[in-house]
Amino acid sequence: MNRAGPVEQAIETAFRDEWGQVVASLIRLTGNWDVAEECAQEAFAQAVKVWPRDGVPRRPGAWLTTTARNRALDQRRRWVTEAARLRALAATQPDSSQPGAPEPGDLTAADDVVTDDRLRLMFTCCHPALPLEARVALTLRTLAGLTTAEIARAFLVPEAAMAQRLVRAKRKIRNAGIPYRVPPAHLLPERTGAVLGVLYLLFNEGYSASAGPDLTRQALSSEAIRLARILVELMPDEPEALGLLALLLLHDSRRDTRVDHLGDVVTLEQQDRTAWDREKIDEGVRLLDDALAQGRPGSYQIQAAIAACHATAADPADTDWAQIALLYAAMSRLTASPVVELNRAVAVAMADGPAAGLELVDALATSGQLSGYYLLPATRADLLRRLERRAEAAAAYREALALAPTDVERRYFARRLAEVDGA
Amino acid sequence: MKYLLLVCGDESLLATQAPEPVEPWVQEMDGRGVRLEGDRLHPESDATTVSESGRLIVDGPFAETKEQIAGYDVIDCANLDEAIQVAAKHPMAKVGAIEVRPFWQ
Repeated sequence: MNRAGPVEQAIETAFRDEWGQVVASLIRLTGNWDVAEECAQEAFAQAVKVWPRDGVPRRPGAWLTTTARNRALDQRRRWVTEAARLRALAATQPDSSQPGAPEPGDLTAADDVVTDDRLRLMFTCCHPALPLEARVALTLRTLAGLTTAEIARAFLVPEAAMAQRLVRAKRKIRNAGIPYRVPPAHLLPERTGAVLGVLYLLFNEGYSASAGPDLTRQALSSEAIRLARILVELMPDEPEALGLLALLLLHDSRRDTRVDHLGDVVTLEQQDRTAWDREKIDEGVRLLDDALAQGRPGSYQIQAAIAACHATAADPADTDWAQIALLYAAMSRLTASPVVELNRAVAVAMADGPAAGLELVDALATSGQLSGYYLLPATRADLLRRLERRAEAAAAYREALALAPTDVERRYFARRLAEVDGA
Repeated sequence: MKYLLLVCGDESLLATQAPEPVEPWVQEMDGRGVRLEGDRLHPESDATTVSESGRLIVDGPFAETKEQIAGYDVIDCANLDEAIQVAAKHPMAKVGAIEVRPFWQ
């Protein structure tokens, strides 16, 4: 009976690898998101029943899609028969108002466009007309195959609220006429940005979580990387997709070294670089090279390039800060974001000394663009400390302490404050 | 699909700075067969609100927002993407906001 093990594993693998594809195909075929999920679920249930007996099919994905499609076809036939009976009884008109609802015949259509379905699904889930948290939830449910309960737990939301969020999103897609497609060329850059933005947010949700009870949240980072891989596979000519995947891998390579055993933040320069994940760094750098070779830079590629500068420096002193400062300048031109400008100031301080960095930080402070953002006084404090202007540094640390959003960060600033205050 | 464009703007702002003329947009969308009808509305000071099954009558608009409905258009588009593009071209999208609402049927 040792056959049960490998078959169960095959089903689990198929679920991870094929769920999104099955749902995506079924949405195209039925025009109905709920029916698609339901039929996909039934197909996997059928696999659990049949595969241990008949063996794992040669192409599990095709088997699952066909099974799910047959379910949908059965449902549709029942529905058509039922509707015909009702029509005969009451002589009412058939309801053809639902957009995208295909004729029954469509369900038997050939697979010619199947490869595009996951991409369609990604663009639809990440449509900017949907609230951001709905985009994230819908992506996790339909593409990654997480259950509503799992998504709710990851976002610390009651399951009923998450279920409601998913229902509302699907209803809006139907009612507002959000098309199930890869957008046409003139919309593609903007919409691709929206997809990349959702995957990046997903990754960060998991990345900012630390150990212990946050483990469910950490899984979000792996899901983001998995989905980014799919996106790269589906859009090989989109350098920003490559850039995003590279960025996620480079960040993820440092995951285990970012907090110590007490849950306290370990800064980049204090992290144990021997514990960084070499394989992820190498893959990230390779992907970034592929992206840059396409000659169409963008913000994810630049961020990945910055992350690569850090990831490939053998020790903190080896970091090419001049290069990083240049990359932040490029990024600043692209985004006009004051947060990017703050990061540039840090890089300039490392490359040209704290006084040069402080000049940029003070200019930002005067502009008022970042008022209330704790990293502004925190950065000032750090530069003032390095310039031995202790009293000013202490004042700035106090400011940062008052604005810091989490306990971990408050502890960090309190430690620093004690250092400059106590001496 | 049919969509209602609710053309919204800050009335006090509209009084001081005239928005771009809407006619070119109307002409283009009529010509493309996208726009079915539309009109400008009198300001909120002329509005009356009826509620509670018609028993309660209040002067002024229902919603307490700065942005008021200044006009509306009914458009017919293939999907939301197309409707958004049509709305974005409306001159009031630059100074106010356009709410795009799908028709019930």
